[in-house]
Amino acid sequence: MINTQDVLETIQMIREENLDIRTVTMGISLWDCVSEDVNRLCDRIYDKITHSAEHLVQTGCEIEKKYGIPIVNKRVSVTPVSLIGGDCGPDGYIKIAKALQRAADAVGINFLGGFSALVQKGMTRGADAMLSALPDALAETRNICSSVNVASTKAGINMDAVSRMGSIIKRAAYLTRDEDSIGCAKLVVFANVPEDNPFMAGAFCGVGEPETVINVGVSGPGVVVSAIRRAGDCDLSELADIIKKTAFKITRVGQLVASEAARKLGVPFGIVDLSLAPTPAIGDSVAYILEEMGLESCGAHGTTACLAMLNDAVKKGGVMASSHVGGLSGAFIPVSEDAGMIAAAERGALTLEKLEAMTAVCSVGLDMIAVPGDTSEEVISGIIADEISIGVANTKTTAVRLIPAYGKQAGDSVNFGGLLGRAPVMPVKPYSPARFIRRGGRIPAPIHSLKN
Amino acid sequence: MKAVITVTGKDSVGIIADVAGICAQKGANILDITQTVLSDYFAMIMLASIDELKIDFADFVDTLSALGRARGLDIHTMHEDIFNTMHHI
Repeated sequence: MINTQDVLETIQMIREENLDIRTVTMGISLWDCVSEDVNRLCDRIYDKITHSAEHLVQTGCEIEKKYGIPIVNKRVSVTPVSLIGGDCGPDGYIKIAKALQRAADAVGINFLGGFSALVQKGMTRGADAMLSALPDALAETRNICSSVNVASTKAGINMDAVSRMGSIIKRAAYLTRDEDSIGCAKLVVFANVPEDNPFMAGAFCGVGEPETVINVGVSGPGVVVSAIRRAGDCDLSELADIIKKTAFKITRVGQLVASEAARKLGVPFGIVDLSLAPTPAIGDSVAYILEEMGLESCGAHGTTACLAMLNDAVKKGGVMASSHVGGLSGAFIPVSEDAGMIAAAERGALTLEKLEAMTAVCSVGLDMIAVPGDTSEEVISGIIADEISIGVANTKTTAVRLIPAYGKQAGDSVNFGGLLGRAPVMPVKPYSPARFIRRGGRIPAPIHSLKN
Repeated sequence: MKAVITVTGKDSVGIIADVAGICAQKGANILDITQTVLSDYFAMIMLASIDELKIDFADFVDTLSALGRARGLDIHTMHEDIFNTMHHI
C-alpha cells in the first residue's frame, strides 16, 4: 500500500529539491559504419544514429510524464570516431563531426559524445588525424562532445598526448573566442576513462559495449542538502547513513527510468551512473552539501574530507539500488555548473590547488574551470599531467576540462549559459613546466598496475 | 496498475467532485482517498486504478494538470511505481 508520507517525500524531492534524471544516454556502436570512402562513412553514421535513436527523445518525454520526474537530457554516445574513421585525414574527421551534428539535430538531442580518441599508450594514424581536426571540429559544431584518454593505470601516461592536448585546448579556445571559448567546454581529457559513462562531455560508447545500450545518469544534490539540513547537528556516522539512504532513493528512480527506457526502446540496459551532478540552479549544488556538512565555505580546510565521505556514502547507498552500476559514479565538482562552487571561487575560498586535492577523492576531476586566456600550452599540459597522474596512481578516473578563456584575466568571468553555467577565471601559477612537458615519451605505469 | 493523484491548493467547493469526475469520465477507478484541509489549504492524495483507462496515461496526466491550472490547484498524477521503487526494497 502506498504511504502518504512516501508520496509527499517523493513530490517534495522532485518539486522543491530539484531531483531529476540528469541524462538518458543511448550508446550506439558505429563499427558497422566503417568505409574506405569518408562520404559513405558519414552517410552510414548519420543513418545509423537517426535510425537507432529515432524514438529516444519521445520515449524520454513519455517516461517523464508517466512518473512525473524530469529527464533533463536525452543524449547519444557513439564509438570513438578515431577507431572507425581510419586514415581519412583531418578533413575527413571534420566531415565526420559535421555528420554527427546533422544526426544530433535530426534526433533532437542536445549533446552527442564520441568524437573521441584513446591514446593512453600511443597514437594510431586515425587518432593523430582526429586530434589535428579537433579544434576546428569543436568550433564548427555546436553539440558534439569530445574526449581524449591520455593515460591509464595499466599503460601509464602518454606525455606526447598530454603535450598535444595543451595546444589543442588553446587552439579551441582561440577558435571559439567570440563565445567565451566555449569549444573547450565540449572537450575533456581523461585518465582511466570509463566506457559506459552517460555524462557529457566524456560520454562515448566503448569497444566492449553492445550494438546499442541505455545508460542513465541520476542527479539530486538538492535532495542531499535538504536531508542533511533536516538532520541538524548529528554526528558524522549518522550523517553518512542519511546520505546513503538518500542516495539509495535517488538511484532507485534512475534504475526505474533506465529499465523502462530500455524496455520501451528495445535496447539493453547498460548501467546507472550513481552521481551527484550539480546544475547552476540555486539549491542544486554539491558545494552546498559540503557547506551543510559544516564548512563555512566550500574550499575551506576540511573540504577534501567532507567530499571523500560524501562520495563514499553516495556509492554505498546507490550500489544496492541498481542492478548495474558504472560510468563515473560519485560526486561531480564542475566549477561553472555549481552555484556554490562559483560563489566559493569568487570569494577566494576555492582555488585550483584545492580543487586538485578534491579530485583525488571524488569521481571526476578539474572540471569546467576557466583560467586566464594567456595561460601557455605548457602550463595547461602541466595541469593536465598533474591531474591525470592522480588518476593513474590511484587507479581511478580523473579528467580535465579547462577553459583558457581568450582575452580574459584572473578575476574576470565567462558565461556559457544553460547547464554549462558561468565560471570565474582562476589564476594559475606563473612558473613554467615547459622543459618537463617537452621531454615527451611515456610515464611508466605504476607498480600496482601489475596485479596479475 | 495504479496512479497516484496529488492535489494541493486553496480550498473551494467541488475539488474532489471535479477530480473524481475526470477519473470517472476517463475510466480511472478510484481506490482510496486521503484528504485534509488545514487553514484553507486543501491537500488530497488519491489512488486510482488505471487498468481500464480510456485514454493514454500521458493524456490523463495532461487532463488533470489542465484542471489544476483552471482551478488554481497543483495537481500531479504519477504512476505508482515511482513511489514503490523509491521507498520499498
